This record gives sequence, C-alpha cells and structure tokens, in this order.
Amino acid sequence: MRKIFFYAALAGLAMVPSIAAAYGGEAPAKAAVAVINDPAHGWNELGTHVLIDMLAFTVVFSIISFYFVFKYTRKSENQEGALPKISRGTSLAWAIIPTFLFLADDFYLAANGFKLWNDQRHVPEGALEVKLTGHMWTWEFDYGNGVRNDVDKEDRPILIVPQGRPVVLRMSSEDVNHSFFIPDYRIKEDLMKGRVTYLWFYPKEVGEHVITCAEFCGTKHSDMFGKVKVVPPAQFEAFLAAKSAPKAATASAPAPAPAEVAPAPAQPAPPAGGKAS
Amino acid sequence: MIKEWLFTTDHKRVGILYLIGSIAAFAVAGIMALLLRIELSTLGHTIMEADTYNTFLYFHGAAMILGFLIPGLTGFMANYLVPIMIGAHDVAFPRLNALSVWLFWAGIVLALLTFVIPDPPDIMWTGYPPYSVQTAGNTAFYVFTVHLIGFSSLLGAANFLTTVVYMRAPGMGWNQLNIFVWATVGAFIVQLIFVPVLASAVTLLLLDKYLGTAFYDAVKGGDVFLYQNLFWFYSHPAVYVIALPAVGALLEIISTHTRNPIFNYKVTVYGGVIGVVLLGSDVWAHHLYASGIADWLRIGMMFTTLLISVPMGLLTISMVGTFYKGAARYPTPMLYASSCLFLILIGGLTGIPLALTSLTLHLHGTYFVMAHFHFIMGIMATFALFASIYHWFPKFTGRMYNETAGKVGFWLNFIGVNVTFLVLFDIGVRGMPRRYYDYQMFPQFEFYQQIATVGALIIVLGMTVTILNWIVGAIAGEKATDNPWGSRSLEWTHTQTPPGPGNFPTPPVVDENWSPYNYGGHTAKTI
Repeated sequence: MRKIFFYAALAGLAMVPSIAAAYGGEAPAKAAVAVINDPAHGWNELGTHVLIDMLAFTVVFSIISFYFVFKYTRKSENQEGALPKISRGTSLAWAIIPTFLFLADDFYLAANGFKLWNDQRHVPEGALEVKLTGHMWTWEFDYGNGVRNDVDKEDRPILIVPQGRPVVLRMSSEDVNHSFFIPDYRIKEDLMKGRVTYLWFYPKEVGEHVITCAEFCGTKHSDMFGKVKVVPPAQFEAFLAAKSAPKAATASAPAPAPAEVAPAPAQPAPPAGGKAS
Repeated sequence: MIKEWLFTTDHKRVGILYLIGSIAAFAVAGIMALLLRIELSTLGHTIMEADTYNTFLYFHGAAMILGFLIPGLTGFMANYLVPIMIGAHDVAFPRLNALSVWLFWAGIVLALLTFVIPDPPDIMWTGYPPYSVQTAGNTAFYVFTVHLIGFSSLLGAANFLTTVVYMRAPGMGWNQLNIFVWATVGAFIVQLIFVPVLASAVTLLLLDKYLGTAFYDAVKGGDVFLYQNLFWFYSHPAVYVIALPAVGALLEIISTHTRNPIFNYKVTVYGGVIGVVLLGSDVWAHHLYASGIADWLRIGMMFTTLLISVPMGLLTISMVGTFYKGAARYPTPMLYASSCLFLILIGGLTGIPLALTSLTLHLHGTYFVMAHFHFIMGIMATFALFASIYHWFPKFTGRMYNETAGKVGFWLNFIGVNVTFLVLFDIGVRGMPRRYYDYQMFPQFEFYQQIATVGALIIVLGMTVTILNWIVGAIAGEKATDNPWGSRSLEWTHTQTPPGPGNFPTPPVVDENWSPYNYGGHTAKTI
C-alpha cells in the first residue's frame, strides 16, 4: 500500500507546475497601459503546445503498442498468455498514477485554455464597433452613421477595418443560425435571430482574410463568404468619410501619419431590437 | 422460413436481423459518402447540385449514427452475445425484443423513403432550428425516424438491463462477467436515461414546424438554445453508447487472441466503463462552444470534457496492457482489433484541442472536428464491429470466412480510411468548414480533397471485399469447429456451432474461480 502512496504522490507532484501556471499566470493588464492580448497569436501558441502534447502521447503509446504487438506472439500451438498476477496495490497504482498524469495534463491545458478564453471574450477598450447582420446567404456590416460595407465584383461582402485597432462585431441573424468565421484570426461565433452575440479580433497587419459561414444554413451555406480587408488607418478614415452622409463628415478629420495608432471615437453600435446576450 | 425470421423471439435471430438492417444502412450511407467525396473532389459543380448534396449529407450522418453504429453495436452485438455470455437461454423479455427490432426496421424503412418523397430533409443529422423549422424539406421524416429508433433503443435497454441483473448463470458474480457485458450494461444505462431527451428535442421541433408552436423561436419567446441543449444532452452520451460496446468487444477479442486475461479487470470496469457513464453525461456543452451560450457554461464544460480523458485513458491502457506477455496470433479479427489501438489514440488525442473552448472557437464546424469524430466513431467503432463480425463469425454461422480475403479487405480499409481522414485534420485547422458543398474561398484545398476522395475509393474496394467475404463465407464457407480461437468465454466453450434454441444443452453453472479469462492459470480472483 505504501508503495502506491509514494508513486501517487510523485505523480501528484506533476500537477504542481500546472496549478502554479493557473494561478501564477499574469492577469490581463488594466486599461492604463492597454496591453492587448491578441487571441490569434494566443491560439497559435496554445495550439503548438497542444500539438506537442498530442505528439508526446502518440510517441509513447505507439512505441509501447508496437513493441507489445510484435514481441508477444504465439510461439507454440497451445501456448497461453503469461500476464502476471498483480497485487491489489499494483492494480490500484495502475489506476491512480495514470489518472494523476492525465489530470496533470488536463490542469495544464485547462489553465492555459482558460487564459486564452478570457482574452477571446474580453473586448479591449477602444475597439472599433461594427454591427453585423447575417442572413441567407450573406453578411452585412454597419459601421454606424449610415456607413455600410462595400461588396467586391462578385457581390461578396468586404469588412474593411483599420490596421492596428481591435474590432468587435456585434452580431445577429435575420433568419436561421449562421456562424461568422475568420480562419486567419482563429475565431468564430454563432449568429441567431433574437439574440446579439459578439466576437473580436486584432488586425495587426495589412492584408485580406477569408470570412465564411460555419453553421449549416441551407442551399448556399458554402457560398456565404467574403473577406476582411485590413487597410492603413488613413484609408479606413477615407472609407468612412466617403460613405457617411455629408453632414456627419465633420466627425472624422484625416489622420496625419499611419505610424500613430490613434483610435477614432468609438462607433456607437446599440443592438437594434434583439435581446442583449 | 421468412415467417420464422420475421416473427422470431430468439435473441440470436433478433441479433442477426439487427445486423442485416445496420449493414444495409451502412452500405447506403457509405454510397452517399462516396458520392459526396466525388462531388468534393473538384471545385464547383462535379456530379450534383447543392440541395442534393445537402440531402445526401443529412442522410449519411443520420443513417450512420442512428441506423448503423448504435443498432450494430448495441442491437446486434448485445442481442447475440449478452445472453450467451452470462449463461442465459434468452433475454428477459423475448417478445419485447422482437418489437425492438421491428421498430428499428420501421425506422430504417422510413429513413430510406427519404429518397422517394419529393421534399427530402436537408437539415443535417443535428436538425437545428430555425432552419429545420423553416426549410421546405420534410423534417417530420427525421423526427419519426428518431422516434422509431429511439423507442427500439429504450425497449432494448429495459430488456438487457433486466437480463443481466436477473439471468446470470448460478455462481456468476458481477466481477466474473465478460467485459463486453459490462460495457453493454453501461451503454444501455446511458440509452435509458438520455434517449427520452432526444425524443423531446425532436418532438418539440415537430410541434414548432407543423403546429406553429414557438419552443425554439426567440422572437415569440422561445429559445434556439433549448433545442441545442436538449439535442446534445442525448447526442453526446450517444457516442459512449457507441464507444463502450466497441471497446468492450475489442477487449474480448484481444484477450482471446493473445490468450491473456483483461489487464486490470476491476479498474477497467469501475474506472473505465462506469467512469465513462458517469462523466459522459456532463460534457455535452462542448458541442456548443461557439454557439453564443453563457460563457460560464462553456468554460465549465471544458473542465468536465478534459476529465473524460481519464476513464477513456484507463480503457486504452487496458487494451494495450492485455497484450503484455500474451501469446498473440493475428487472424483478421485481430488485425482490426490491433489497428484500433492506433485509431483510438488518434481519435482520442484529437479530442483534446476540441475540449478547450478557446481552441474550439477556431476548430468548431471545420474538417478538424469531422476528422476527429470519423476517427473515433466512423473508423474505430466500425473496425471494432468488423473485428467482432469476423471473430464471432464461426460461431454465428457455423462456417469460416476466407482468411486471405479478410486480410486483403482489412488492409484496403485501413489504408483507405487513413488516406481519407488524416489530411482532413490539416485542412480543417487551416479553416475548411464542414457541411460545405463547394469551397470557392479555399481553392488551394482542392488537392487535399482529391487525396481524400482517392482514400474513399480505396475504402469502397475494401468494404466490397469485406462484405462479400461475409456473404460468401456464411453461405459456402468451410465448416467451423466449436472453438477455433481457443477462447474460455461461455459462448465458445458451452454452445454448439451455431448455438441452438435455448443456447445451452445443459444450463451452465460456474464457481467463484470461473472467469471468461481463465488463461495462463488466472482465475476470477487474480485478474
């Protein structure tokens, strides 16, 4: 019995670093110096850790399994297996120790997963608010002040956003469930009628990224795509100015230099009509 | 003869009827999959329109889970094996058993009629409203198929739980049962508790669509989340209804062919099987990680979902451990069973990123999820069923299958499934969504889709060889001996081949040392 306790305690020690990671990991910084934890970057980091985790298990189990499969074969006709009789202590150890090892791994994953989850669900201050309405089979973006999105020459929606400023989408559907998915930003969330859901992402570099629907919504579910277009802030301001009603154009003066990331005044985006989530 | 089979109350014949129905569902759903794969192999329209694709995909999912995996692993396997393994002459309620299989067949027939009606459903096996309420497709077909097969399962659950509790041979204690019997008990406990919840989910759907109620209509005061929660409250435990008998059967097969007892039997039963049953009921919201439900619920279920790696890990350790110092031979059933060590590893490990809410906000609804569940259900559980059919083939039919054809079929199937599904993990992580008829936004994935389609063609070859092998073997195979594998389990040691009515010429009585795993000098007390 004492032997199991020893080994179990040893395995339990493996949980200590994980618990330490859970409590010791730094909390998201407060507003004064706004540190924005990019969820896409966090996803890639955690994803790499999980991949290594899976590979480690794969290698260990594969080596053991291959060895057993090839080594323990029948040498003579009436040969029976020679699995040793194990004591109750050993039997319990084979339950408790693997359990602790799996739990240690689970704690580690939970702690890191929880941290990334908080980053994904906590919208940074000063994020650009965009209202999204999904319906069969396209997306419509509303920047406020009557500014709506453009479409490309195949009629696909373009979500234009300024580089260097987090963007939050407040989303609702006009008909069935849809799901707004931007693979490059590692994020999606469902849209439904009568509720407002949200997601946010952090477009740090200029570029274009696929947007597509990720919840089955009928015939053209796989045709409901568009793109995010990240542009220099000046170009975004120009877009807003060009699209706003002429009277409202006084709100945004063209920004001087692209290097300065100066967030424009927050766009109001009250969810119209639906229940807030 | 037809009348004998149609009105049979013999559990062995009921089992064979389940097998025929589930293999028929498998074949039709498999052909659907092949057609879908061909459509996906080139960008744009290949052989069908989007609506046809969506209908075939709906049918493929529903038929594979409700028509093949669950009935095959519970209806067929439990029926044939459980009474014999415990030394009983039949199940507790033979006529209820007949009703179960009739209901199952009615469900299969109704599902097949999907292709005859002018407005087949295209709602996917998950049937989410509002789409399933608003679509022109015939949601009622889906609902009634679920009702029929669900009732079949509930009756089966009541029957088998009663059978195992009351009809074990004299002297057979709970710790002397075949692991497959324990696994079936676990599966049927889950069915009994959770099937009614699925029934409620789809019944409210029927009411919303055809009677204008608003259970799932947020604008009228209902809630779309209600459906999702009710549906997954059953449908997640349903995967354990599939996985438990699969793993139980694999352990039986590995034990027999390595001539070893199950490694760490009590931990396997009480930690593994019972652990899965208890934990499996508390994880369903991991299907709702991107759904917009409350954050606290999503993160809570992340913890429980991670925990389920513990009992599943114990079951996997048991499978590997049973090989230790064994005396293995590798006929076809053992090829399938051993390959499941690899398949459960890949399927189980890819569940780990999916357990995390944060990673799943990206992975949900992509091919990563689809590849994960195909590995664990579509491949591991299917291979476990195939291993079982091969392993018990001589006992069911009294004849042997062709070993060469068995091996050829195995390798074609094994290579085919890996070629098809391994690449899909990769394009899934890169963003390829599932349930997509076309993928114009990701033209760079066309090559990978083609690889997967090649894999599908290899699978078709493998499945054809396999199913033909069974049919030819059953009709014209070499006559089998009573116990060709040298097993110690009751279905091999105490019955004729095939077992006659009442199963046992003299009802078996066992002592406290008897175990179905009396290999290498082990008794019930030492495993």
